[in-house]
Amino acid sequence: MSDILIRGGRVLDPANGVDLARGSVRVRDGRVAAVGADLPAGGGRVIDAEGLLVCPGFVDLHSHLREPGFEYKETIASGTLAAARGGFTTVCAMPNTEPPLDSKAAVDFVLGRAAEEGVVRVLPIGCVTKNRAGKALAELAELAAAGCVGFSDDGSPVGDAAIMRRALEYAKIVDLPVIDHCEDPALAGGVMHEGWVSTRLGLRGIPAASEESAIARDLALASQTGAHVHIAHISTAGGVALVRAARAAGLRVSAEVTPHHLALDHETVMGPSIGSGRGPAAGSGQSLVYDTSAKMYPPLRRAEDVEACIAGLADGTIDAVATDHAPHAVQEKLCEFDAAAFGMVGLETAFGLGRRAVATGALSLERLIEALTIGPVRALHLDRRLPGLGTLTVGAAADLVLLDPEREWTVEEDALASKGKNTPLMGRTLRGRVVATLYGGEVVHELAEVAT
Amino acid sequence: MVRSRPAARPESAKAPDGAASLEAPQPGGAPVWQRRHVLDLDDFRLDEIEIVLETAKAMKEVLAREVARVPTLRGTTIVTLFYEASTRTRASFELAGKVLGADVINLTAAGSSIEKGESLIDTVRTLRAIGAHVLVLRHPMSGAPYLAAAEGDAQVVNAGDGWHAHPTQGLLDLYTLRAAIGPLAGKRIVIVGDVAHSRVARSDIWGLSRLGADVVVCGPPTLLPAELGSEHAAGLPPVAVETDLDRAVEDADAVMTLRLQQERMTAGLLPSLREYSHLYQVNEERMARARPGAPILHPGPMNEGVEISAAVAHGARSLVEEQVTNGVAVRMAVLYLLRRDQ
Repeated sequence: MSDILIRGGRVLDPANGVDLARGSVRVRDGRVAAVGADLPAGGGRVIDAEGLLVCPGFVDLHSHLREPGFEYKETIASGTLAAARGGFTTVCAMPNTEPPLDSKAAVDFVLGRAAEEGVVRVLPIGCVTKNRAGKALAELAELAAAGCVGFSDDGSPVGDAAIMRRALEYAKIVDLPVIDHCEDPALAGGVMHEGWVSTRLGLRGIPAASEESAIARDLALASQTGAHVHIAHISTAGGVALVRAARAAGLRVSAEVTPHHLALDHETVMGPSIGSGRGPAAGSGQSLVYDTSAKMYPPLRRAEDVEACIAGLADGTIDAVATDHAPHAVQEKLCEFDAAAFGMVGLETAFGLGRRAVATGALSLERLIEALTIGPVRALHLDRRLPGLGTLTVGAAADLVLLDPEREWTVEEDALASKGKNTPLMGRTLRGRVVATLYGGEVVHELAEVAT
Repeated sequence: MVRSRPAARPESAKAPDGAASLEAPQPGGAPVWQRRHVLDLDDFRLDEIEIVLETAKAMKEVLAREVARVPTLRGTTIVTLFYEASTRTRASFELAGKVLGADVINLTAAGSSIEKGESLIDTVRTLRAIGAHVLVLRHPMSGAPYLAAAEGDAQVVNAGDGWHAHPTQGLLDLYTLRAAIGPLAGKRIVIVGDVAHSRVARSDIWGLSRLGADVVVCGPPTLLPAELGSEHAAGLPPVAVETDLDRAVEDADAVMTLRLQQERMTAGLLPSLREYSHLYQVNEERMARARPGAPILHPGPMNEGVEISAAVAHGARSLVEEQVTNGVAVRMAVLYLLRRDQ
């Protein structure tokens, strides 16, 4: 099987505290065989990583791969290829498919498809409630036995506190977390963050309190039950503060944030310039844009919230960067803002957007890499099932990513492997490029110039 | 409750972006009107507003003629595409187009391919393909006219989109107010009612602040939009916010009332019509606090006895009928300016 030596790069393995300015990683038979300052060539392929970062493959806790049911948006094949392009070697697939992943049969289907066509590893997340309806618990133990790594009704927050309580209690049987999209359905119902931009655009807002009150409820329930709750895609300063306090109090809570909530704010909805200020000026000849590609759930929030999310990631309040990769077909975004689907594709731009957060000076590159590798693994205890995941530990699966943190590239439709082209970053230049990705020792993505 | 006062007058006469050249004419005598679409007043320069209002004055003279019909827009096809019910706006655009000699086709959502699920973009493309030059669009979703403008090559006039904008209503309100009380700079103009869900209020606020008026909005907090009047709202025009109508109308130079939709009650935004009219009805008692003779506007249709008393609605201060008449002239001006150089 494969024998690859990656040499000359900066080897960064946060889980093991490894940071070699010029190091090598040897991959043999699909596993990490050695990590060291200067390893000899062994007869196999040698990849020159001069000037690059060599890290464990990224782990995404939150992807919508859309299969089964919405293959016109994405398939497991196209979604996992997008993952590989974005440096992800493991993606957790959200269960809002059709049928939803609320049965062993549906989970088996996803895992079967992933085995046949997946470019990288797929870990399914099961539904919390049957048919994601928020009424009756799904068979969580059977879903766990089938391979689910957590439970979520993502996109349809569990509105009933009693159901959420029972889910948290019941999930303790299999010791898996309930991943909640924290939103109070009675307060939500809008299409963007409630603030001055929603006022200017005349769009129905989703107040920050919608997320904050749901997080507060979940934290109280985590305290009540002693169960593990994982807060999906946190987006508000208030939410970050609640989670920080809960962690300090010793609750079993973990949290993730999306790359877009680390880099974009609600002004993005007004136009293509990222965080530009006040919207088009009088006489500028530039009119407002209702940019449906910036319509997200949870919505892009204020610059202060972006700062708070970065600070929360930097100080460990937030464990992981998770993409909430949400591909949609063209016609689902090329329509009135109210009618447009929520979400953006995120796998292929995650590192570039995270890199923007690093550029603010409030987040270190090392911490970003940690939050893309071992952070998510620990948050959901994925290493209980897959020892060594998210690390370069000798013997672990050889999932690696080669990154050029300084390389600039332009987001273009043709450059995206995802079927979804819905991103407010289209045409924008990002700094930070995934140069190559290895999954289980096989090169699953490489830019042309890597081939040697 | 005053969340913030408007900035000092010279400041409020400026665009919220602080554009310094707002009042300067275009250099080199270049035409000041270069707009292909009229979507909102937020990006209108002062000189663009002035040219509309001046042109509307000329259009009023046309309307006063015995045979109010000129051939100016002969050969222009205007389609009014209304996804929401409307009486005065649609009729006013239709009449405006016909007086100017244009062909006007009226389409409503009911009885067209829209009912069969055709997307807005496809409808716009179809109308352009059959030769529509100007599309007058009314739509329940904010931003829809921007989509129509971006995706087709017809010229688009926003005739009201969701809660967002109703620019020709804003322009006719400016015209009507100025005709009644003169220049608006420094005038205290109070907008009362359901500001949160009002496209009329938003367009009025942009237009009034561009002309230098001191805008006060008044209503229950449940009907005021997020962060309006807040110092943090960098991209909103400066306004003062007041929840007490008696205080708001104190020394007002004009009062603009907004229609209260009955559905606000069922949505739990108000306890009752009774309490609403008790707190926020514009009536003669309250108007006594305003400046003598201060006029009252209402975009219609009115709920008499709710947001406005019948006596005020039909009293000497009421400009409601002038608004309707001026609406035709202002829409003639807009259609003329859009087509003039095409």
